[in-house]
Amino acid sequence: MQFDVRLFALYRERAGASIVTIDLPEGASAGDLTAAVRADYPRLAPPEVRIVVAVNAEYADDDQLLQPGDEVCLIPPVSGGC
Amino acid sequence: MIILTDEPLDPVAVTDSVRRDGNGAVVTFLGTTRDNFGGKEVTRLEYEAYDVMAIKKLQEVRDTLRADYGIEDIAIAHRTGRVDVGHISLVVAVASPHRVQAFEACHEAVNRIKTIVPIWKKEWFADGSRWVACEDHEFADEAEHAHAHAERHAVAAGD
Repeated sequence: MQFDVRLFALYRERAGASIVTIDLPEGASAGDLTAAVRADYPRLAPPEVRIVVAVNAEYADDDQLLQPGDEVCLIPPVSGGC
Repeated sequence: MIILTDEPLDPVAVTDSVRRDGNGAVVTFLGTTRDNFGGKEVTRLEYEAYDVMAIKKLQEVRDTLRADYGIEDIAIAHRTGRVDVGHISLVVAVASPHRVQAFEACHEAVNRIKTIVPIWKKEWFADGSRWVACEDHEFADEAEHAHAHAERHAVAAGD
């Protein structure tokens, strides 16, 4: 499965791209996706930090399985409203 | 009324949208761009949003507040893009029959917006910029330390 993963704000700037393409095997989870992104972009976030994933505009747990065609985004720490 | 826009916000229009004759209290909160952070002059802010999800999460904030406080009339408007010093980035208006629920729900609305809505703020200084994480301010005298701390916060919030 191939995903065009959208990055925002801090992650977009650290990766130098607003979309990164990631290949994953069938049955991969949101956690597998962040592991793959980290492998390609090790400076995106420190290893001890959980990268938050949104699938189809909803927060996803790391064990949520991805389906082909899912809209996948990485969500850095939010800071609206202040 | 839920608004996400790159145009200037109209706090009167947002406030009017929650006014009804059955309400005796209206509380409106305005978030505005402050001209300083940590002793440094802030020249402007810039907000970025994941639009589709931000709208959805603003609606979720409104709906959960309605359930938790037993009130109906809540409106939220949030800016994206450049917001200069003194300008408004957030309007939350809450109306209720009595004042206590309106004050409390308005305060809680801002807390929830800061926690779950995918909107990001960048502070611009004369000599650079930094992405902010809301609850990070007391630690943010050094940028990288701030980011690391903010991300640990997000881990907790994301769980």
